[in-house]
Amino acid sequence: MAAVTETTTQPRAQTKRGRSKVLARREAMWGYLFISPFIVGILGFTLIPTVATLVMSFTNFTLSGAPTSFIGVTNYQRLFRDSQIWSSLLVTVRFAAIALPVGLILPLGLALMLNSKSLRAKSLFRTLFYFPYIVPFVAAIFVWGALLNAETGWINQFLRWVGVANPPNWLNSVVWIYPALVILGLWGIGNAMLIFLASLQGVPTELYNAAEIDGAGWWQSMWNVTLPMISPVIFYNLTLSIVGLFQYFTVPLVLNQGTGAPGGTTMFYNLYLYKVFFTYQNMAYGATMAWLLFVIILVVTLVLFRTSRYWVYYAAENR
Amino acid sequence: MAATMIQGERRRQRPINWRAVLRSTLITLMMLLFAFLFLLPFFNMVFTSLKTTAQMMQPGAPVWPAMPGVFEYNGKELELYRVPMPDGSVQDLAIVQKGRQQSTFIDPDNPEAGEIEWSGSWRALERPWQWHPAWSNYREAWEKIDFPILFRNTLGIALIGLLGTVVSSTLVAYGFARFRFPGRSLLFTILISTIFLPAAVTIVPTYAFFVTIGWVGSWLPLTVPHFFSNAYNVFLMRQYMMTIPREIDEAAMMDGANPFRILTAVILPQCVSVMLAVALFHLVFAWNDYFGPLIYLSTRFDLQPIAVALPRFNNLYGSNPPLIQAASLMAMALPVLIFFFAQRVFIQGVVVTGVEK
Repeated sequence: MAAVTETTTQPRAQTKRGRSKVLARREAMWGYLFISPFIVGILGFTLIPTVATLVMSFTNFTLSGAPTSFIGVTNYQRLFRDSQIWSSLLVTVRFAAIALPVGLILPLGLALMLNSKSLRAKSLFRTLFYFPYIVPFVAAIFVWGALLNAETGWINQFLRWVGVANPPNWLNSVVWIYPALVILGLWGIGNAMLIFLASLQGVPTELYNAAEIDGAGWWQSMWNVTLPMISPVIFYNLTLSIVGLFQYFTVPLVLNQGTGAPGGTTMFYNLYLYKVFFTYQNMAYGATMAWLLFVIILVVTLVLFRTSRYWVYYAAENR
Repeated sequence: MAATMIQGERRRQRPINWRAVLRSTLITLMMLLFAFLFLLPFFNMVFTSLKTTAQMMQPGAPVWPAMPGVFEYNGKELELYRVPMPDGSVQDLAIVQKGRQQSTFIDPDNPEAGEIEWSGSWRALERPWQWHPAWSNYREAWEKIDFPILFRNTLGIALIGLLGTVVSSTLVAYGFARFRFPGRSLLFTILISTIFLPAAVTIVPTYAFFVTIGWVGSWLPLTVPHFFSNAYNVFLMRQYMMTIPREIDEAAMMDGANPFRILTAVILPQCVSVMLAVALFHLVFAWNDYFGPLIYLSTRFDLQPIAVALPRFNNLYGSNPPLIQAASLMAMALPVLIFFFAQRVFIQGVVVTGVEK
């Protein structure tokens, strides 16, 4: 779009160069004026705070009013000696190992079913599966928490009814807590499902027809047509999920007041970070932790982008 | 065989493909089951919110809201019992006179038949359950959680931020959609990349800054940042504005209209639906936001929105699940209602921001 208008203005630019320069400058001025809220916002709420986080990590800044001074890499030394850091990172990775595949495969599976030609009342189902995403997650925690109750919850009542003698004590068991947290988050899959569904609907039908002519079955056309065609959206959802999972902590915070119970299994990295900067008001160490998290997420995202050229298919490149 | 016969009979009509019908019935039924399981917690919540605490404690009580059955007789409430009759059947009878070895009942279906003498201990009898929703839970939760104040706070924070994000995102999207300036694509890339930026990396200095300038304990940290636009909203609005033909604004420019005039007179009237989408997304975001109000309003209970008040309420009344579930339902009522009235707007918005990037 922009390229087209640029070429059409070219001849005019050659004949009346001086005047069009003034016009271009005026246009740029208006453009900067309109995007100025974004410029101010990105400076004030993103760039400066990010740099400030880095600077703070080399100080002993707290909110108690004690004088602040630079203390070099002391915070980073503490970071590497702090066993809580490593255990909370491990907790985060462990949870992500379950939550990430579920959070991708379940919405994708639902989207595939919603996209099936055989399904009736598609828009009704789309609405039903999306709508819990709107429910405040604190309310969703109390709803699912009641369902997961070891004694009175419907899930365990059902399990006992089908003959499971000792159904898990979901929220108080160090073994079952991560599946339980995944269940607590089930109502959040609507967004990813919609995005997958829209991308599935965008796959050209000619490709499926061609695959059918070539004798491809359901699995083959899924593997060779559907998945490659929607791989950019899989990549987008995967990246957002990873960034989100590294910052996961509000659910355990609400669920058991951030104590990390049972047995420290819900002491997520970001929960520890929250306690350090908010509960203990240790800004400098909190900033150091935040910076470590940032580096980890950055590295993971960059690796992901690096690998994406091998498995993400961008139609635009082949044009 | 059957299919070919029917085809023969109705040669004029399109043949019915019974295999396709069967497949679509099976798939639809399976989805119905999934949807039922997915929304089961919702039924559990509604049922629990209408139960009495007595029913919650009682083992063997039904899953639906109920009370032990009673029968109104001669202006008195009589308790119902499951009484085994001499002929071997079991009848639900209302007790008139309680006795140790012998009690007097009447049949609620046929009170005119008179009193029935029954030998045995009424204490050993079970009581039948009657459908009886405890609507008073809602009034109690409403009062205990101080819902009017919470509603005011939540709506206030949401509406101020909504104003900010709609105005600022419109301006920024217009700037990116309609003007050429050096660094435009770089700046737009930076804007989009903020979607992937972890919030944790800015939160510590931002919080410290708001403490220093004395904004903590007010709505300002929750509303003012929205006046500086947001990547999702700008992207959504820019995509929309790019589909509006340029001819009209070029014509307006020839007539001497300045860019502000073009925005308000030409662009905005065509952007009503996308602005509505941005507004609704923000409303739901602000309604559900937990972390922001948690750290900025932790000491000001009187200014807190419902998302933060609900866990506090849960800690106080954890032993009373019906109250918690009633309060949770009240907390989600508005966003869910808005969604059902405007679901097309929501779904369109998610699709544009999610797929086109």
